[in-house]
Amino acid sequence: MIQHLVDGILVGSFLSLGAIGLTMVMHILRFANFSHAELLSIGAYCALVFDKLFESLSPFLAAKIGPLSMTAALALSILVSMALTGLSAVVIDRLVFRRVREKGGELSMVFASFGMSLVIRNVIGLIFGLSSELYSRDIAFAMVISRDPLLLVKPDQVFVLIAALLIMFALYLVLSRTRFGFALRAIAENPNLAQVHGVNLKRMIVAVWLIGGSLGAIAGVFYGLSYQITPVMGRDLVLPIFAATIVGGIGSVYGAVLGGFIVGVASNLALVILPSGYSPSVPFLMILLVLLIRPNGLFGEARA
Amino acid sequence: MPEALLDITAVTAGYVPDLPILREVSLLAHEGKLTVIIGPNGAGKSTLIKAVAGLLNVDTGRICFEGRDVTGLSPDQLTRNGIAYVPQTDNVFRTMTIQQNLELALSAHRDPLDRVTVLFDRFPVLKDKRREKAGSLSGGQRQFLAVAMALAVEPRLILMDEPSAGLSPKASEEVLDHVKGLTQRGVSVLLVEQNVKQALKRGDHCYVLAEGRNQIDGPAQDLLEDPALGRIYLGGERRGAA
Amino acid sequence: MIGVVSYLVFFTTVAAILGIAVMGLNLQWGNTGLFNGGVVASFGAGAYATLMLGGPPQDGHVGGFGLVYPLALAGGMLAAGILAWIVGKLTLRLRHDYLAIATFGVAVAFENVMRNATTITGGAQGIRGFERPLRAMLGDGFTYNVVFLVGVLVTLVLVYVFLERLTVSPFGRMLRAIREDETAARSLGKAPDRIRLISFVTGSVIIGLAGGLYGTFYAFVSPQDVLPILTFQIWAMLIVGGAGNTKGALAGAFIIWGAWTFSGWALSRFAPIEAQLYTGSIQFVLIGLVIVGMLLWRPQGLFPERLVVSQPGQNREKTQAEGFT
Repeated sequence: MIQHLVDGILVGSFLSLGAIGLTMVMHILRFANFSHAELLSIGAYCALVFDKLFESLSPFLAAKIGPLSMTAALALSILVSMALTGLSAVVIDRLVFRRVREKGGELSMVFASFGMSLVIRNVIGLIFGLSSELYSRDIAFAMVISRDPLLLVKPDQVFVLIAALLIMFALYLVLSRTRFGFALRAIAENPNLAQVHGVNLKRMIVAVWLIGGSLGAIAGVFYGLSYQITPVMGRDLVLPIFAATIVGGIGSVYGAVLGGFIVGVASNLALVILPSGYSPSVPFLMILLVLLIRPNGLFGEARA
Repeated sequence: MPEALLDITAVTAGYVPDLPILREVSLLAHEGKLTVIIGPNGAGKSTLIKAVAGLLNVDTGRICFEGRDVTGLSPDQLTRNGIAYVPQTDNVFRTMTIQQNLELALSAHRDPLDRVTVLFDRFPVLKDKRREKAGSLSGGQRQFLAVAMALAVEPRLILMDEPSAGLSPKASEEVLDHVKGLTQRGVSVLLVEQNVKQALKRGDHCYVLAEGRNQIDGPAQDLLEDPALGRIYLGGERRGAA
Repeated sequence: MIGVVSYLVFFTTVAAILGIAVMGLNLQWGNTGLFNGGVVASFGAGAYATLMLGGPPQDGHVGGFGLVYPLALAGGMLAAGILAWIVGKLTLRLRHDYLAIATFGVAVAFENVMRNATTITGGAQGIRGFERPLRAMLGDGFTYNVVFLVGVLVTLVLVYVFLERLTVSPFGRMLRAIREDETAARSLGKAPDRIRLISFVTGSVIIGLAGGLYGTFYAFVSPQDVLPILTFQIWAMLIVGGAGNTKGALAGAFIIWGAWTFSGWALSRFAPIEAQLYTGSIQFVLIGLVIVGMLLWRPQGLFPERLVVSQPGQNREKTQAEGFT
């Protein structure tokens, strides 16, 4: 039971990171982006490529950091991957979403993202193969946190959680304290008025994609560290991430953080009563539950 | 006649391609003047002002400000060029406090803190409520906040879309008086109004639009007595259609 | 020769069944503007329920009620309708993307439950042993398939006529009004939420009917038949045909199903052996590209609906002005 709770919190840390970007896009560009989870795949594979590259460049980089299975090479790769995934998000927007947006119709955007998810996922499969990959083949030993009840946590998981919380805190500071954060809020509330008051809409959209992509990249790598990297990880993550945004309330960054942890914990706790095969259905049950009790989520506002 | 501050020449524009709302509309607004646009419902008044504010694509025609072509600039570029715009509705950020609204409007300003003080001195009502959410203001107070936000960056021209809409007669007189007062401080105003009498009483020059086209224009005081005005509002014959 | 004809019968049967599903989706998307991201859930509900209700009793699982076929098929449609009603009721009054997300979620959960609830659905093995209607009379061969195809085509025509009638009925006009301008429709005293719910459920029932026929045709259904790719395929059929246009939707069904079968055959025939594993991936990319490409370059479809702009000019300005947010 407590083990499920702990695992759930760890899952929540990368769901939250994924959901933050998604909720921002849904708020500013006003469409449910079904291809957002593919950014996590792009990020995970990008880090994998650079991890291999850096390790082959220098044995020093291939050394592990402390008790983690993570290496300096992987740490560097995460940074590269954040930049490249953010950039991919911007490029995808340029090539597809912006052009659909200019023709009008929020639903066409949903539709386009639906198609894009299929394209990205399978192109990744074609490039990297259909089998799963790992950042490190070494077995990371779990730390015994307590014996009664037995509680096991891998050092990597602790790192992931702490790193995720730090990143979220940094984002919180940016959104609540800076001019950029205010401009983002303004764009979300009233894009025309924000532009009239000097906010550059195009630049803000680019910024949102960069943030969404780079947070997605981190989430993807963290997912890869906790499980494995596969071309279909986006398919498996899209519903939990959507569930996190809906639980938190579409458009609320804080809601997305909390929603991610709630969905992570609930999915794991559900395994106490449900056979494990049913875990993919749990996010959907949570969406139904939220729609029944509190349709606008924990922090969302009603908006047509 | 001195060169006009704002020179709109034969602008055709609309929300969807091939469905123009404005058809070759032309207009001049002079420095320090209150230029008024009136016309029946659906005449294209708001559309014209949105086109000037950069919120609408201009299909053909040209908009010049201070002698420079500003057609097709984005709203934020126009703001930086000295044109402010006060929309008719949703003209403040409701979820932000009054102070935050002003700070946002000031983000392009060199010395924002100083400027906030100036604005609060000019609008004492706002100063008292500066920590309150803009959504909690009354209609009149909200208009004043919207005007203050527009003034934040010291524009040379303010575009206003029916600032008196939805206000009580007293509040609307107050707002329109303030608009008139702006021109006396050297800010030029292009004003769209439904409240024809009140607007013409205060305006310098007035343009009448109907069905997306120029109808008549002239000094505001003269138009007040022009029988042609009534005919346009009643949908009768037109004069001077472009 | 008989081989080719027999294959054509087979191909046409499947394409026509998918065509029925596309028409159901067209009612939702083309006529009402509702994004159903889980077409496969309705389709699967129809297939599973039909086989469970009409199949023979089996050891080890519930179901197999042995109902007469028309009742079983109606049960399949009902199951699809109930599922749609639940999701629609919860989401249609909310922001549009809730429906997209919830329907997508239904499809994920549906496949997941079918795979795991072994005692009811046969789990990964699926439901087997279904006795196809009239089999005793017609046998299992070519004759049966021809008769079945005729049955499917008759159903397709009936659905087509029903939908064409529906679009010109007052209800159809209301759908159009809501799609074009919800605020105006609301102010005229229409209840958009209810009308959209009816349209959504009706569309899903039609998709469920297609699923029921599909299950009947193969006399077998398993989780492999309710994978997300089916949703994408049916969407691609609709967008190629042109949303809002029933004939186009049908044409789209045949074009995409033809392209799908052909590309699968061509890849297995000509692609190098080591690439065979990736046949699915390549086909999936193509389906995705069809969807995105059509949206970018020909959003009205290959056979666009003749658009009549009802109220140009001033009304447009009015709605836009209200929408300034």
